[in-house]
Amino acid sequence: MRLLIGLLALVAGLVALPERGAAQTTAQGILQQYGDDVAKGSRKGSEPAIAALRDSGLPAAAVVLEKWLERDLWRRNADGLFVYVAPAGDEMKLIDIDTGAEVGAAPKGDLTQLRPSGGVRPMIAAALVAFRLIDPDPEKRRAALDAIARDAEKDHLPALRAAMAKEKDPALAAMMDRLARILAIRFGDSDAERIAAIESFAGDTALDARAALNPLVATTRGAAASLPDAANLKRELELGDDLTEDEAWALLVEAGIAPPRISGADKRAALGAHIVDGRAGGVPVPELSDPAARDRAYAALAAAGAAPPTVTDAEARAILEANVYFERWQEPSAAVAEAADDALGAIETRVTLLQAFDLLLDALSLGSIYFLAAIGLAITFGVMRVINMAHGEFIMMGAYTGYVVQLFISDYTVSILVALPLAFAVTFLAGVALERLVIRWLYKRPLETLLATFGISIALQQIFKNIFGTQARPLTAPGWLDGAWVLNDIVGISWIRIAIFVMAAVFLVAFLFVMKRTRLGLEVRAVTQNPSMAASMGIDPDRINMLTFGLGSGIAGVAGVAIGLYAKVTSELGQDYIVQSFMTVVVGGVGSIWGAVAGAGLVGLLQKIIEYFNPSNTLAAQTYMILFVILFIQFRPKGIVALKGRAAGD
Amino acid sequence: MSRKPFILRNPSVLVFLLALAAFTAAVTLMSEAFGAGLISTSFVKTLGKTLCLCLIAVAMDLVWGYCGILSLGHFAFFGLGGYMIGMWLMYARTEEIVLAASAAEAIPPTAQELSDAIAVQIFGVVGGSELPPVWSFAHSLPLQLLLVLLLPGLFALVFGWLAFRSRVTGVYLSILTQAGTLALSLWLFQNDSGLRGNNGLSGLQNIPGLDDVPQAVVSVWLLWASALALGGFYLLAAWTVSGKFGSVIRGIRDDEARVRFLGYSVEGYKLFVFTLTAMIAAIAGALYYPQAGIVNPAEVAPIASIYLAVWVAIGGRGKLWGAVIGAAAVSLLSSWFTGGQAPSIPLGFYTVVWVDWWQVLLGLGFVAITLFAPNGVAGLIERIFVREAK
Amino acid sequence: MTALLEVSGVSVSFDGFKAINDLSFEIGPAELRAVIGPNGAGKTTFMDIVTGKTRPDVGKVLWGETSVDLLKLSEAEIARIGIGRKFQRPTVFEDQTVFENLMLALKKSRLPFKVLFFRASADDGARVEALAREIGLADSLEKLAGILSHGQKQWLEIGMLLAQEPRLLLVDEPAAGMTPQEREHTTDLLKEAAKTRAVVVVEHDMEFVRRLECKVTVLHEGRVLAEGSLDHVTSDREVIDVYLGR
Repeated sequence: MRLLIGLLALVAGLVALPERGAAQTTAQGILQQYGDDVAKGSRKGSEPAIAALRDSGLPAAAVVLEKWLERDLWRRNADGLFVYVAPAGDEMKLIDIDTGAEVGAAPKGDLTQLRPSGGVRPMIAAALVAFRLIDPDPEKRRAALDAIARDAEKDHLPALRAAMAKEKDPALAAMMDRLARILAIRFGDSDAERIAAIESFAGDTALDARAALNPLVATTRGAAASLPDAANLKRELELGDDLTEDEAWALLVEAGIAPPRISGADKRAALGAHIVDGRAGGVPVPELSDPAARDRAYAALAAAGAAPPTVTDAEARAILEANVYFERWQEPSAAVAEAADDALGAIETRVTLLQAFDLLLDALSLGSIYFLAAIGLAITFGVMRVINMAHGEFIMMGAYTGYVVQLFISDYTVSILVALPLAFAVTFLAGVALERLVIRWLYKRPLETLLATFGISIALQQIFKNIFGTQARPLTAPGWLDGAWVLNDIVGISWIRIAIFVMAAVFLVAFLFVMKRTRLGLEVRAVTQNPSMAASMGIDPDRINMLTFGLGSGIAGVAGVAIGLYAKVTSELGQDYIVQSFMTVVVGGVGSIWGAVAGAGLVGLLQKIIEYFNPSNTLAAQTYMILFVILFIQFRPKGIVALKGRAAGD
Repeated sequence: MSRKPFILRNPSVLVFLLALAAFTAAVTLMSEAFGAGLISTSFVKTLGKTLCLCLIAVAMDLVWGYCGILSLGHFAFFGLGGYMIGMWLMYARTEEIVLAASAAEAIPPTAQELSDAIAVQIFGVVGGSELPPVWSFAHSLPLQLLLVLLLPGLFALVFGWLAFRSRVTGVYLSILTQAGTLALSLWLFQNDSGLRGNNGLSGLQNIPGLDDVPQAVVSVWLLWASALALGGFYLLAAWTVSGKFGSVIRGIRDDEARVRFLGYSVEGYKLFVFTLTAMIAAIAGALYYPQAGIVNPAEVAPIASIYLAVWVAIGGRGKLWGAVIGAAAVSLLSSWFTGGQAPSIPLGFYTVVWVDWWQVLLGLGFVAITLFAPNGVAGLIERIFVREAK
Repeated sequence: MTALLEVSGVSVSFDGFKAINDLSFEIGPAELRAVIGPNGAGKTTFMDIVTGKTRPDVGKVLWGETSVDLLKLSEAEIARIGIGRKFQRPTVFEDQTVFENLMLALKKSRLPFKVLFFRASADDGARVEALAREIGLADSLEKLAGILSHGQKQWLEIGMLLAQEPRLLLVDEPAAGMTPQEREHTTDLLKEAAKTRAVVVVEHDMEFVRRLECKVTVLHEGRVLAEGSLDHVTSDREVIDVYLGR
């Protein structure tokens, strides 16, 4: 039976042979049509067969191409039948390429494996892409598009266009159209086609478009006696304006017009090699520490032919001026390059705008962190005129609280929800303890409060180091905060930062509510503005101070959990934020929540702007930032939002 | 009015100077180089460094204890002084090495080649091969010594002028000085700051031209220099605060506005004291770092300046000798505890290892002193003496 | 008679509140003047403006024969030109001796370098001792100012003002918190001082003002309400309204 089918297939193949070019209904038929050419594996010979398989629309064609590519396609020597094989004892089972049925067996020696050459393989792969592009499964089509985008070939373009025509899914069709245009930039047949594709991307800020355009505007520099008549010339370069003399000389050397200049080290070596009787080039060796003497000696050596001659400065000048320098596109067609240049220019403008927007988002998220870190400081300083140097350590305590909670509660969402109030409670109590035990004895001596709280700060840091060790502890954010909210290739912001922003906003609102709508807030404001008057009105300043300090510390703890989510939790965590917090308070103005908001916004924005201009160097960015704050104080000594009248405490 | 000599009117100054001289002589006699060898060279260096710390504590006491400016940046001037002297030490030392190396070469180097070779030696570590412009004077000891004074002085002058002019006072000023110090240290941390980034300047213990002198001897010489500087500036500081000038700056500390309405330009006085003490701090630093051997940006970090304030507060503000006692005691104790020499305390369930707990002790001890002995150790000592006198 | 101090058309407001409203004021070279007025009349702000602590929004403050514009000078410069001020609560340097306090105030060069190398001469010492006698503190020269009684501190501060040898003395509520005997002494001091210089006394206490026997200026809502002898102003209808309420 099997034999019969095999024979039938063979017959079908044989019958097909004479009708080269006619439509075939089986893959075998197509292959047989180009039988020997395919078997030889030559590029030229295989191409029509691949094309025919690709265009056949046969379901088996994709499998055939795949097997071929993977060297699983064999041919029987006897009759040229193409088969797949499977090992079966000493022999090989033969499998029909169209039906997948077994059509017999043969010893390995009777079969020849098809080994597509390096030239053929990409053609097969491209043809396979065409198949995948019309695969019934949309996911596979999408994957094929991604594959093309990663590694585009000229052959993909027609396949893509063909698939595009048939595509029903509008999203995929749009992707195909876009990819086809990107490919057209590179592989378009005519300049006009390429330019049209380029122009379709004007103002498109996506990375793939920019990646496709950028290579087109690459240039190289050159030098020649006169301006070359090349089609891809970009412009002539002016010596001195566009390039330095050294650069021009290097171009001349590259073009073979001028000899390389002899470096000081070469001269020294040459002289060293020609010392005769304590003299080199006729100059006594000890005098050669003088550059002029050295030049003289080398000139003498060169004149005697013992060293390559140097070009004098005057000669160099003449050579430099006798030649022209130019820049040309690497892209052969200047029209295409210029179109790409224009398109990129248009894109650049948009990119700059979007980057500014992205910067603003970054600044906003940084600002909300500073706000959270600084608000507690601003409250305590505003109400009590006390600088709490241990504020950073309260932030750290909050972060460690979050870490410890995660040790006990493994669900990250729940643990964060538990950690936030717990961190508030822990640092609130720590703050109250600090106020009761230390600060209240020092109200008349603000500088000493600063130092005493510093003492607390170093003690706390060391205690936490002793408990938790020096290595960073993780505080893991819940899964739903992973990743980022990506608007496009330029604008994106991570969910954690959005969450922190939301948290800062919530705290702002909550705080405003407490301050403006509650008895406590009223009393706090009274104490801020005039402590002795408040005291005579029956407000207990002691209680207010204690609560305020606790509140400020509690917020620091919450800020600690927030910061711990994206920064490493170490005992030095607080130190990284304390100076920025101080600056936020100083810039914003003490004792005012809106001051803290304005200060945090300004400090965050400024830091991001400086980093934008000097991205490689965050150290320098911070330096400039601080210098700005120092200068800022010159113009607004009381910060952006200054308390007025007697409360300003002159 | 009494026309007695200054020293006789201020016996504590005389006592201090005599004690300092006795201390220096004792260390010399016990050193390896000049005496019994009871004290190791490294400990002589530690003592010499401690004298320098005492000197900067005197400066800090002047600016804070007397003038009321809690500067959290004076250690930055100390570090800058170290950097300025370090530049010469490193340049001259490298020049010696490069010259020795080039003696073997056939052709003598040009001045340019020499400086290039030095630059590669010094800046290879941060990937540089040219001397940055800030090193323009590094070849000259007198110029660099001048810079020890002028650069920190200029920094202090500009910063102080900006800050005092806009009437920034109290904790605000402290925070501002801290921020300024942080800015400086961050700037120094960069590799392209021209001062070798976080590597700092090293090998400073090798004094150029003194290759044949053993370190044991050099260490004693530096100790003498430190003692001389401490004695000299202590005298200067004591003289400054003893007269009407001291009266004015203490007035500024206690009630700035009142002094202003007496017709004194408060800003001018503050600027004078701030700049003067910055220069004293720089001199202390210039003497300290050749004994320490290395200066890097971490030394300039704000925390160092805060520790300085802690020493002075523990010792006792407004008393020059109190500041000296505080600096000496705390810095020596600190190196004893953190050096692992202090015996651990087994509590049964837990062993207190001082390397880990010293910071805690220092922090809490400091809080206790602030709370219970605001005038520091000097205040306690004085109280005891006054009681005995009664 | 040319005025020593001439304040004209001065206004200043804080957050929209007009503390001083088109105020004009003059005082001659040797004159004692009392300034009275209810709370918030702008008495302290008036002093702040003259001494340079507060800058007015509009108006002129001219000084001396050459009509120096005080608004262009700093507080310290105004003090050096000859205007001394005594604050409401006594502000002496409590950590320093009476001698040091007085020496600090003594009219001498205020430049840092001059001060640094200053050593008190015998004349200076004698001058300080004379001042101390005048204010009744001759026996307390070596005492710390902090341990003096409240009244003694007030006198010490007046003594410091006199040591400055100002041509104009601004005194803010000198009698506050004093015993009757101390008040009397203070009155004498001020009257004595006014023989050779201008003295402006801000005071609430009518009895104290009466004893000064001088011209009185009544301030109300930042402007001059009335001026003249105490009897003259106390019979003024407006003044009575202001003081007694309508």
